[in-house]
Amino acid sequence: MSAVTNVLQITRRVDPHMAIDAYDPEAELMLLHFGPQHPSTHGVFRMDLYLDGEIVVKAVPYVGYLHRAVEKLCERLTYVQVTPVVDKNDYVAPMTNEQAINMAFEKMLGLEVPRRARWIRTIFAEMQRVASHLLWLGTFALDLGGALGGGSTVFVYCFREREMILDLFEEVTGARFHYNTHTIGGNRHDIPAGWSAKVRSAFDLIAARIEEYETMTLCNRIFVERTRGVGVLDGELALELGVTGPILRASGIDHDLRRDAPFHAYDEVKVNVVTATGGDCLARAEVRLGELRESIRLVLAMIDGIPEGPINAGRAIKQPAQAKIPAGQSYTAIETPRGELGTYVIADGSPNAYRLKIRPPSLHALSALPYILPGVTVSDAVAILGSLDPIMGEVDR
Amino acid sequence: MNVILVASLYAVLVISVLLTVTVFALWFERKFAARMQSRLGPTMVGPAGLLQPVADAVKLMQKEDIRPEGADWGLFNLAPILAALCAIGAAAVVPFSPNMVLSDLDLGVLYVLAIGAVTVLPVFTAGWASNNKFALLGGMRAVAQSISYEVPLLLGALVPVILAGSMNLSAIVRFQAEHHWLAVWPFFLGLPAFALFMLAMLAESNRIPFDIPEAESELVAGVTTEYTGMKFALFYLAEYVHTLVASAMAAVLFLGGWDGPFAPGLHWMLLKTFLLFALVYWVRWSFLRFRSDQLMRICWYWLVPAGVVLVAVAGVWVVYEG
Repeated sequence: MSAVTNVLQITRRVDPHMAIDAYDPEAELMLLHFGPQHPSTHGVFRMDLYLDGEIVVKAVPYVGYLHRAVEKLCERLTYVQVTPVVDKNDYVAPMTNEQAINMAFEKMLGLEVPRRARWIRTIFAEMQRVASHLLWLGTFALDLGGALGGGSTVFVYCFREREMILDLFEEVTGARFHYNTHTIGGNRHDIPAGWSAKVRSAFDLIAARIEEYETMTLCNRIFVERTRGVGVLDGELALELGVTGPILRASGIDHDLRRDAPFHAYDEVKVNVVTATGGDCLARAEVRLGELRESIRLVLAMIDGIPEGPINAGRAIKQPAQAKIPAGQSYTAIETPRGELGTYVIADGSPNAYRLKIRPPSLHALSALPYILPGVTVSDAVAILGSLDPIMGEVDR
Repeated sequence: MNVILVASLYAVLVISVLLTVTVFALWFERKFAARMQSRLGPTMVGPAGLLQPVADAVKLMQKEDIRPEGADWGLFNLAPILAALCAIGAAAVVPFSPNMVLSDLDLGVLYVLAIGAVTVLPVFTAGWASNNKFALLGGMRAVAQSISYEVPLLLGALVPVILAGSMNLSAIVRFQAEHHWLAVWPFFLGLPAFALFMLAMLAESNRIPFDIPEAESELVAGVTTEYTGMKFALFYLAEYVHTLVASAMAAVLFLGGWDGPFAPGLHWMLLKTFLLFALVYWVRWSFLRFRSDQLMRICWYWLVPAGVVLVAVAGVWVVYEG
């Protein structure tokens, strides 16, 4: 057992880039291939866990099992054709993907998006945040409680509310999931008559039910025991790794692009940024549940104040020739449910981008794993991975 | 010859009744869980989906029997059979009504607890023989958990044994029928012991919040990861029979077994058993899972000392009041 304690003392101090031989010269550790075919890796993520009994000594994450060459595809397609492709990146929050990429093109074209379109985009983004965080809450409960137990009860409840939001999206765009509703310069679909009232009643209901879910999770002794002090991510380390979004805010860093670099119509509404100081799984859950309430508040506050006007800058851009982006480069970032989703475009004046790079927040969140996993048990490793809310579609692109 | 014939007849009877009850307990659980989750549950096979477990069993029988490369073939096959045998074997001494008990052992309590303790062996055998790291981890957890929770389970069961002055399950029920149910009086002994027994029973039969050896979100399926078809079905069956028998045991030890007014003893016994069984599933579909070290802490820091105190107080009570 002395070897065990030595190993753990080493892992607390040494950086995760150290080769496994340095930890374990006699190869006594058990190598557990965790994923890609594992029920709780949120897709096709793989970790090589070096275990001492049940304790993780070293964790090596591997990404790329879902690589679909989206960036290359975006460079081959014209600017107008790109939108439905990036929908599939973050497949839990497709709205924000569309918004990010179209905002990047609008910025390079110098297009001013009409105020009505910006309001609708903001409402869509907040509704998407609610849907995404609900899904996270459900899957996180699954990670903690299993598909054959209390976890699945939370999961089914959360899915019920998420369905309501998908129904609302369907009514506007005709699609439940991959919407293709944003274009360069505005939106493709205007909101139908009576939609606002439906949103209001749906979100009133969701707001009431969020209270129940908070009771089921944050007030549940087992949930708190399983998450408190687990997977503590230091704020400085988080900044260094480029971790953004709820994970960064849970580590005590008050950073939210919706407030710090307003896009859409966020400059017209006040966003209360939710932060926590623990940096552990519990703090991440608190931040996300707080953001759920805040997003519901924003939607309810904005839904009746949507200004009149066009939803597109001039005509809807449908032909590649209409989106002639001049040569140049730019970086645009928005705050998605998972953090800062950046789009870096280099244009050369042709109808398609010379280089298009997407900065997914989940990839940076996963990069924290080798730092926070050593020293925890396999059970906690699952909880920590779940608390980071990775979406492999956007990690691998 | 005659004795053997009668014994095998009884055995066939118990096994077939127990399996039938288990199948419908399975249906009950699925419906129960579905209602808790605002779903419908099985509706298509048979009236109200009653035949769904039968359809599942038929499906499992048709599955290919996969043999993992490098598995210890003999042990791998033996483990599910042993698991099912242990679970069913415990049912032999449960008294369902005054004259419906297969084997009225004088050491009935000891027998049930011993069989329950043996259950860990096939589980660990399965974990070891599968040649799978997830199964091995599951087996490791199962051993630690079952052996630890054996202690509070035994202490919880000792309280009625001391109060009733017998290890014979029928005698314990008769004692309760003559005096009071042990959960009613002395309630300060009966109720905590009942709670202790139920908690330890949840852990013994690997139920949430203590289903750590299975832990499908962490260990894929724990010890049963490599099992398919009927072998998996046997493990599954063992789990349900184990829970059912443990519920029956709790009913016998604390809730007066077959004792009750108006209705025949068998009805009361089945009612109590199913209520406890439903309680187990109510807990199962409401709670999340503990971590194995937290589980151990609960056992050794809280349950075992509580059990020791309860047994000591029960001894004192019997001496001064009995």
